[in-house]
Amino acid sequence: MAVAETASARPRLGRIAKPTVGSTTLGDKVFFGLTYSFAAFVLLILAGILLSLVIGSWPAFKELGLGFFTSASWNPVTEKFGAVAPVYGTLVTSLIALLVGVPISLGIVIVLTELAPVWLRRPIGTAIELLAAIPSIIYGMWGLFVFVPFYKAYIQPALGSTLGKVPIVGALFSGPPFGVGMLTAGLILAIMILPFIAAVMRDVFETVPPLLRESAYALGATTWEVVWHVILPYTRTSVVGAVMLGLGRALGETMAVTFVIGNSNEISASLFMPATTISATIANEFTEAVGDVYSSSLIALGLTLFLITFVVLVLAKLMLRQLAGKVR
Amino acid sequence: MISLYRRRRFFNYFNMTASVLATALGIFVLASILWTLISYGFRGLSLRMLTDMTPPPGSAGGVLNAISGSVVLTALGIAIGAPIGVLAGTYLAEYSERGKIAEATRFINDILLSAPSILIGLFVYEIAVLPTHHFSAWAGAIALALIAIPVIVRTSEDMLRLVPNDLREAATALGAPRWKMIVQVSYRAARAGILTGILLALARIAGETAPLLFTVLNNQFWSSNLDAPMANLPVVIFQFALSPYTDWQQLAWASALLITASILGLNIFVRLTLGKREKRS
Repeated sequence: MAVAETASARPRLGRIAKPTVGSTTLGDKVFFGLTYSFAAFVLLILAGILLSLVIGSWPAFKELGLGFFTSASWNPVTEKFGAVAPVYGTLVTSLIALLVGVPISLGIVIVLTELAPVWLRRPIGTAIELLAAIPSIIYGMWGLFVFVPFYKAYIQPALGSTLGKVPIVGALFSGPPFGVGMLTAGLILAIMILPFIAAVMRDVFETVPPLLRESAYALGATTWEVVWHVILPYTRTSVVGAVMLGLGRALGETMAVTFVIGNSNEISASLFMPATTISATIANEFTEAVGDVYSSSLIALGLTLFLITFVVLVLAKLMLRQLAGKVR
Repeated sequence: MISLYRRRRFFNYFNMTASVLATALGIFVLASILWTLISYGFRGLSLRMLTDMTPPPGSAGGVLNAISGSVVLTALGIAIGAPIGVLAGTYLAEYSERGKIAEATRFINDILLSAPSILIGLFVYEIAVLPTHHFSAWAGAIALALIAIPVIVRTSEDMLRLVPNDLREAATALGAPRWKMIVQVSYRAARAGILTGILLALARIAGETAPLLFTVLNNQFWSSNLDAPMANLPVVIFQFALSPYTDWQQLAWASALLITASILGLNIFVRLTLGKREKRS
């Protein structure tokens, strides 16, 4: 038997020896084959998604050409479709989500790692993690029936009468207070991605050697200075990775956005205006799409989303690789 | 000097207060969501909800068909996803630590973990709905399984890696073939952890809506035919919540309460009983 090949005493998560040819019984071959093929199956899922999206969007590209990516019209009657408006909505809402969500996540992580007494850390951490467990559709309902009225009555008028009056920036915060719109969607997304960013950031922060942190405190640094000048520079790449991971989530989020973005296929400068995102457009229109070009254009939108999120997530993974080396 | 000291201290207090407020905001949102679900949902909660089918617009009814559909879909999703996920995780942890396929699988698996679920829906539409020309419960179950698999792969691998190598060596030294060592020693030692992963995956797919929209669709009636559209809670909630009928909205809130309570309950149960170490899904 494969005694010689079995790894001898190694660290806890150490390497486990490969099976050797010749020492394997029939059961071994079958079991190895099973696990191997399912591991390969996971690879095939991603390849399958990409392939099916490319095939599905083929009729649209044949009909519309690359103009699909530069056209802003979305007209099922004349069968003219362009991705610009949904892509714009997706990027803007995700950007808002990051601008709002990242500082909040950082605050939560500071509380969880530096400020809160140890007995309080677990309950707070659990509460924040539970935010990630709530289904997207529930965020949508809460957003539409609770957040939107509040936002329409207080936040929107307040922003309109302050930032809305500033030149240039004002254009972003002008217009009638509909309640639904890009800013609403961005804010809901900010809440939804916050537990993911906070969880990874917390792990990242824990990789900082206590010695560094303690030295800074010993020199008289304040908590904020330790976080800003010691922890963040040390963990920079991984923190950006955590943020990208959150971005990946925000880009593809569907149900919550569908409820609160207003679903209008237009590009407006004002963040108060209704818009749409790639995923919201697909969710709303896919089952009703008639004609090859229409449904194929929706799949082409899906392909666009796939490519954007894939790039973001790959970058996130590469940046977090450093972390994986440290904790694993 | 004094003013610099003061400024630093003020800055620190300011930022620390902001951090505490940020945390309070997070917890407040969680509380607000739960409170909304309870206050809107309790009104709609009734025995009828559990005994009647989804009603036509404007009349009262229940969501029995949707509840049973959701249970069937989620169970099928896990039944398909769990063996695949556990075995793939086994390969990563037990057979190939640094192999090319293993590295690639690990990388892709992590990407699939955060991939937009609506794309999984489109994918399954292309492979399971288009060829058969109709929406079906099978398609929905496959979509849910594809979402569950990455979660299960990840936790299974992590949990198997925590099994001390001494145990493996002891089994091998006694002459156990490798597969027997894995099944009887590794799996047993990591059982609680692997189960945790499966339960977390269950909680994850129970509320998924986007991938179901164009795979199972919905069904106003009771159906136990897996080859036909089937009612399910998330899609019913989506349709009813955005409808103008108060009866429907009422049912949507009650269903939302039901589904969130089960998911959060499952999460908390996992944390209290099995989850001794941190896990992310």
